[in-house]
Amino acid sequence: MYDFDYHKPTTVADAVALLAADPDAKAVSGGHTLIPALKHRLNKPTSLVDLSGIAEMRGIRREGNALIIGAFTRHAEVASSEVVQAAIPVLSFMAAHIGDNQVRNRGTIGGSVSNNDPAADYPAAVLGLGAIVHTSSRKIPADEFFLGMFTTALEPDELLVAIEFPIPEKAGYAKMKNPASRYVMAGALVSKGPAGVRVAINGAASCVFRQAEMEAALAANWSPEAVAGIQQPADDLNSDIHGSAEYRAHLVTVMAKRAVVNAG
Amino acid sequence: MGGIGRSVTRLEDPPLLRGQGRFAADIRFPGELHMRVVRSPIAHGRIEQIDIADALDCPGVVAVWTGADVAEIPPIDFRQMRIPGLGDYRQPILAQGMVRYVGEPVALVIAETPYQAEDAAELVFADIEELEPVMTAVQPLGEFAPGLTTEAGVVRKSYGDLAAAFEAAAHVFELEFAIGRHTGVPMETRGAIGFWNAEQERLEMHGASKVPHANRLAIAKMLDLPPEQLHLFEGHVGGGFGIRGEVYPEDVLVCLAALRLRRPVKWIEDRKEHLLAANHSRDQHHRIRAAVDAQGVVLGLEDEFFVDQGGYVRTHASTVTDLTAGMLPGPYHIPAFAAAGHIRLTNKTPAGTYRAPGRYEGTFVRERLMDAIADRLGIDRVEIRRRNLIPAEAIPFKRGLDALGTEVVYDAADFAGLLAKLEASVDLPALRESLAARRAAGEQVGLGLAYFVEKSGLGPFDDVILSIAATGRVEIVTGAASVGQGVETVMAQVAASVLGVAHTDCTVVHGQTDRIARGMGAFASRVTVMTGAAVSMAAETLKDRLRARAALLLQADATGLVFEGGLIRAGEASVPLGEAAAACAAEDGTPLLTAEASFTTDHMTYPYGVHLAVLRVDAETFGMVVERFVVAFDVGRSVNPMLVEGQIHGGAAQGIGGALFEEFIYSADGQPLSASFADYLLPTLNEVPMVEALVLEDAPSPINPLGVKGAGEGGITAAGAAIAAAVEDALQGRVSITRLPITPGRLRILHLN
Repeated sequence: MYDFDYHKPTTVADAVALLAADPDAKAVSGGHTLIPALKHRLNKPTSLVDLSGIAEMRGIRREGNALIIGAFTRHAEVASSEVVQAAIPVLSFMAAHIGDNQVRNRGTIGGSVSNNDPAADYPAAVLGLGAIVHTSSRKIPADEFFLGMFTTALEPDELLVAIEFPIPEKAGYAKMKNPASRYVMAGALVSKGPAGVRVAINGAASCVFRQAEMEAALAANWSPEAVAGIQQPADDLNSDIHGSAEYRAHLVTVMAKRAVVNAG
Repeated sequence: MGGIGRSVTRLEDPPLLRGQGRFAADIRFPGELHMRVVRSPIAHGRIEQIDIADALDCPGVVAVWTGADVAEIPPIDFRQMRIPGLGDYRQPILAQGMVRYVGEPVALVIAETPYQAEDAAELVFADIEELEPVMTAVQPLGEFAPGLTTEAGVVRKSYGDLAAAFEAAAHVFELEFAIGRHTGVPMETRGAIGFWNAEQERLEMHGASKVPHANRLAIAKMLDLPPEQLHLFEGHVGGGFGIRGEVYPEDVLVCLAALRLRRPVKWIEDRKEHLLAANHSRDQHHRIRAAVDAQGVVLGLEDEFFVDQGGYVRTHASTVTDLTAGMLPGPYHIPAFAAAGHIRLTNKTPAGTYRAPGRYEGTFVRERLMDAIADRLGIDRVEIRRRNLIPAEAIPFKRGLDALGTEVVYDAADFAGLLAKLEASVDLPALRESLAARRAAGEQVGLGLAYFVEKSGLGPFDDVILSIAATGRVEIVTGAASVGQGVETVMAQVAASVLGVAHTDCTVVHGQTDRIARGMGAFASRVTVMTGAAVSMAAETLKDRLRARAALLLQADATGLVFEGGLIRAGEASVPLGEAAAACAAEDGTPLLTAEASFTTDHMTYPYGVHLAVLRVDAETFGMVVERFVVAFDVGRSVNPMLVEGQIHGGAAQGIGGALFEEFIYSADGQPLSASFADYLLPTLNEVPMVEALVLEDAPSPINPLGVKGAGEGGITAAGAAIAAAVEDALQGRVSITRLPITPGRLRILHLN
């Protein structure tokens, strides 16, 4: 780990100011990605802006037909929230299956979404439910938020503050976990609701993406059989020591099918 | 009272549970410096030059050394290896002109703080001309050095008439098997502190483990010190598994640095380093031929196998090849056998022993063969084993092979009896029926079973100094080591049994070279057998003296005295053990009553058992879940059944890891792709079911006074074989498992084909 300065602001405005003042500063939320990267010296920020003291980034509330979850909400809180369980149970289900207890008690939804790890869970929920990302300066629709591997539409001095999830009529999630490490090898979140029928695939490619062919099939016929025959091309999928692109392509279909089953 | 056979809680635990443990990183000396090792980023190459100028300029930096600065230190020598011709393949403590694996130490930085050392180490630049790496043990040989190929040696062992066996065979099986590259992953990474003790004019190394006495001699020789000027000290050790505690370059480097700088020098390994620098293991490729008669009885077995030794041959590395060959026939009669094990150098992290070295691999090969024979001949997989097992009346059984330099003689065993007990314990027919019913309902679930023979209690000796104080407290000083397995508790229980004291009144001192002249350490499941025997002998010696003295004190007949509750009793009258001991000690003119004992043996003792796995395969993803794991294990006599079960649980978890998860994978150019826990997958509680242990004591060893056999490794030995068999059963013969680990992606490919 290299030396860095440490800040713990209490407002979003202060945090943004700190980030704006130092182009090499990094925001740290749960820290479960950033801290290991620092330990391995894979990242060299001049300062860390700890978001844990910012009250306005916390909390879960329902506003009309949407659920708004503060960026600093931990996975364990989403998993156990009765508000979330009642409105969008798939979000609680997803949160309850991220990593292990230690990860769930530290990791935050904003951290996960801002980081946009291809093998993370939450990006599939944001894209698959057609959420709107509230930042310190604007609102970004999910379809415009995820740009590529570890890349989002966030500017360096822009903070993800909350995520607004429209409440779907139906939604389900299924994933194949990397055995033992439990990162997503391929996952699918399917939903039907105000944002239409959406199928978001995570884990399989460099960035979460929408599977248009499956969306069309489910719009015509909401059933596991509708997606069972749709093959995801393997061309642009990830291939690593844990699974080939071809295996991941196979898993995309299996997970989409199971997600529809889970959605009911 | 905590004697032999009681599941008492561990003497070791109170300080560990209270955070008062003293692991390597907890040891601090005033004025200590910190060492950081600069490691090769290249798998195979020639060092052109190493630029250390920028590192030397960093704040706090005291020294930066490269190979040239330690050129006079000889490479790390072998321990307990008898295979000739390996000397040229030894590892230098810093690379001398060539690098042979990613992670090889090429330079070191010593600074006032670990952070300064790490910062400066990043600025050391090694200019390395890359050479073609050798990345498998089965590819054509490369050049290790001028005149030396990448085959360091071939271990050959055989008995019987193999040609006649094949002539008589009704069936011949030719099969190939591969086992992935694994390692033991202790919770505590390695660490070593070199300390020049100016007052006593001696060098000390703290953070030793496994074999402190042997390492003392080895390091003293390398540094050209008289052995009496070097002492090694073992603190708490957070797991060994065979890989920890050998002499590694870093151990010698901290000692050398402390000697040269006359300041304490500390090195604590980080996890990434550990996965690149500590010994790897397994990674074998076997090609076998078996001659089998019409009834499925194996008449002869021939195995040519290739061991991926990595970049160098380390301290005891070739014992893995030796043990693979020497233990391969296992519990089966197999009248003719020949093995040729090729020790092949590659450009990976060097390999050594890891829990059940050679047996995890050999058991996988042999038990897969048994399943293949059963399946092809239409014989039940359990029945095929029964037909091949060595009958109880043939015990003791001379295998006709040697292992670790000793003749392999199965000293006590009832192989068929243990199998029958396991079958009864799990109600095998009912279990199979329930699995068949689940399969009929659409699940892919199956059962696998594999037999193993372990070895334990390697000699040639172990010494113990046992003393009793006037307070009645017993101290046991041994040259054995503790890597966390409960040595203190077990030795205390043995002494307590003989002397009739509470085990909590016994203190065990281990791993301190200044307390006892020689010692063999902790490996090969040897401590309970060897040190336990020496403890019981020393205690018996003192008991004889105490009995005579107490008879005088109590005016009683010596033969009727009873040792219990810390007292020596004659009917109602008694004398405290400590008082009798003090009376004896007074005769010797010493404060403590002391006896020394040495247990020696030329033979190992052979525990054995069966692993049974029930496993479910997801029909679409090919993900696997181990639903049940049973280990039947005859350990001769169990000193502490709870600790035996603990050994079985831990071993089984590691065995499941090797079967389904763990593997070091390299890119074609030799870059390690599994250098973190995100990629080197360890099983957790989520992946390991509650292991069921059936600990048997039906075959006590006749070759040691306690009848014990070592229990450290039988939890892991047959896990790969049993899991593979269960996967095949779950898929009802649609796949043939010949390689570990079995991952979902690989299993799906097998199934598609």
